[in-house]
Amino acid sequence: MTENVPAVPEQGPEHGAEGELIAVRKGMFGARNGGDTSGYGGLVRRIELPGASQRPFGGYFDVIADELEGALEEQSLPPAEAISGYVVHRGQLTIHVPREHVVRVARTLRDDPALRFELCLGVTGIHFPEEAGRELHSVVPLLSITHNRRIRLETTAPDADPHIPSLYEVYPTVDWHERESYDMFGIIYDGHPGLTRILMPDDWLGHPQRKDYPLGGIPVEFKGAQIPAPDQRRAYS
Amino acid sequence: MTVIDETGEAQEAQGSPGAQDGRVFTVAGGDWDDILADLAESPEERIVVNMGPQHPSTHGVLRVILEIDGETVTEARCGIGYLHTGIEKNTEYRSWVQGTTFVTRMDYLTPLFNETAYCLAVEKALGIEDQIPERANVIRVLMMELNRISSHLVCLATGGMEMGALTMMTAGFREREETLDLFEFITGLRMNHAYVRPGGVAQDLPPGAVDKIGSYVKLMRKRFPDYAKLCNENPVFRGRTEGVGYLDLAGCLALGLTGPVLRSAGLPHDLRKSEPYCGYETYDFEVCTWDTADSYGRYRIRLAEMYESLKIVEQCLDRIQRTQGQPVMVEDKKIAWPAQLALGSDGMGNSLDHIRHIMGDSMEALIHHFKLVTEGFHVPPGQIYAAVESPKGELGVHIVSDGGTRPYRVHFRDPSFTNLQATAAMCEGGQLADVIVAIASIDPVMGGVDR
Repeated sequence: MTENVPAVPEQGPEHGAEGELIAVRKGMFGARNGGDTSGYGGLVRRIELPGASQRPFGGYFDVIADELEGALEEQSLPPAEAISGYVVHRGQLTIHVPREHVVRVARTLRDDPALRFELCLGVTGIHFPEEAGRELHSVVPLLSITHNRRIRLETTAPDADPHIPSLYEVYPTVDWHERESYDMFGIIYDGHPGLTRILMPDDWLGHPQRKDYPLGGIPVEFKGAQIPAPDQRRAYS
Repeated sequence: MTVIDETGEAQEAQGSPGAQDGRVFTVAGGDWDDILADLAESPEERIVVNMGPQHPSTHGVLRVILEIDGETVTEARCGIGYLHTGIEKNTEYRSWVQGTTFVTRMDYLTPLFNETAYCLAVEKALGIEDQIPERANVIRVLMMELNRISSHLVCLATGGMEMGALTMMTAGFREREETLDLFEFITGLRMNHAYVRPGGVAQDLPPGAVDKIGSYVKLMRKRFPDYAKLCNENPVFRGRTEGVGYLDLAGCLALGLTGPVLRSAGLPHDLRKSEPYCGYETYDFEVCTWDTADSYGRYRIRLAEMYESLKIVEQCLDRIQRTQGQPVMVEDKKIAWPAQLALGSDGMGNSLDHIRHIMGDSMEALIHHFKLVTEGFHVPPGQIYAAVESPKGELGVHIVSDGGTRPYRVHFRDPSFTNLQATAAMCEGGQLADVIVAIASIDPVMGGVDR
């Protein structure tokens, strides 16, 4: 029964040996209380996202990395400081950038003629409550129409200090996207011209898409049986 | 009155259902008195007009806040969120396959694009994008292009209606009904189909579909010229749309606009050409552009794109006939949905043959069905961004998996959400009546904006 074996992070040649640890889970089926009758209670799984990739990345990714590092050096910003890693997964490149350099890197990506990522495709907030010190992630997909290339910028912030510089001055399109990410995750984008809630009411408490915010829902009776609310059902993740 | 503290307080009160728990906010006190006093002293007379959220011309529940000076709009702001249903959060508590039934409800005028974009992302995360059968890709393209026609028809119909061109409305919705009839015939539903699934499509085309689609194409070829006759050279229509909602190429790129709005500024950017998916590189069609960057140009682009879609649909029909009998779902039985659907006396439902098979013939098939339906398949950890060219622009799906059978995060970059940001840039300085035309030319659908 191969489907009972928990998923193992890919260890293909494109990934480094060390993945990005986002959680350690125990047991199976999401059973966290009551006696362990499954026999899987002692199971410990490390949940890892693909780790940093090593060169060569393949395709146009090496060109982007070289050009970006060269352009940052010209601005007397050491690339090792401004870029904390490249991750290539399924043929898509993610550039991890420390938050203090994200505006500078984004501006370079947009303005350098060899890079020219002129279109920004919004912001995705992600919450990893167990990834200490990097709980909140803010991912920005970029598209270069000129060169027909795609990359992503990823920045993190701890829950205790949820500040990330706003990309509004580089890409005005992130206006609503950053408001949404603030609304849903509580990430505060410094320098945004009007960081208010956008989808939830102005007086809403909490940030709904954080993992510690409950989904809610009520159990329903169907053909005589109680069906629990979706977030109370057995989970296999 | 307390001042909203953005950081600290919100966390503590999370999940408290009582209305009186935590902080209570009232629209009084604080610095409101100062603001009101400032306003009273100001020599200028400011008129702020609220349009919506239930106004017929706001395409659903969009609230437009306009500051006007006579007939001139000096400031335009959008208030959104009235249709927020938490679809992204809900998908985190369902299996990857169940996700399609949620995302199809986002932009309800382009359900098949939402499904396809989501499935492309899931397939890429699984690494099976090369294993999708040809027939499944042809059906996806066919359904998407029919959907593009129906979405553009709604845009032309409602946009025309708001300008007083009521014939556009009746004609547009009449043709859209024909398209939705096709959807109902093929998927069982007029909208919210959940027809495209990770690995392929839910089921093959029913017998007679090719003939039905063929006569639909013929009918549309006869009727689409009427739109051009009604509007293209109509002096009232041109007067209302030309130069209205102007946004040039630099403005489009800065504000992230894609789709007909970007193409009306002259840039032939279309993901079907630049990053083909589902085999679009093998179809013959043109990317339509215009050079006026205004509402009239966007109308002409949509009209031209409907013809291009018909061209693609015709090419699909040939391929459908050529691939008759081939599978529409990946071979991998650990991913392919086991149940086939069939049309019964009470509508679309589980195929009785399949139920007979798992209940009567094969214990293993029953176990397999049970595992895949209740547990689902695991998706390797990582994040994926996949995009399709929806009728409104780039529809991007960003998924994150933690290796489980449920998405860790699903984010939709809906084109309506991004494009609606351009309202201020398009409307400020223009006439009040032009706001309606400009917003209609963006073609926002609030289901997609608010998700």
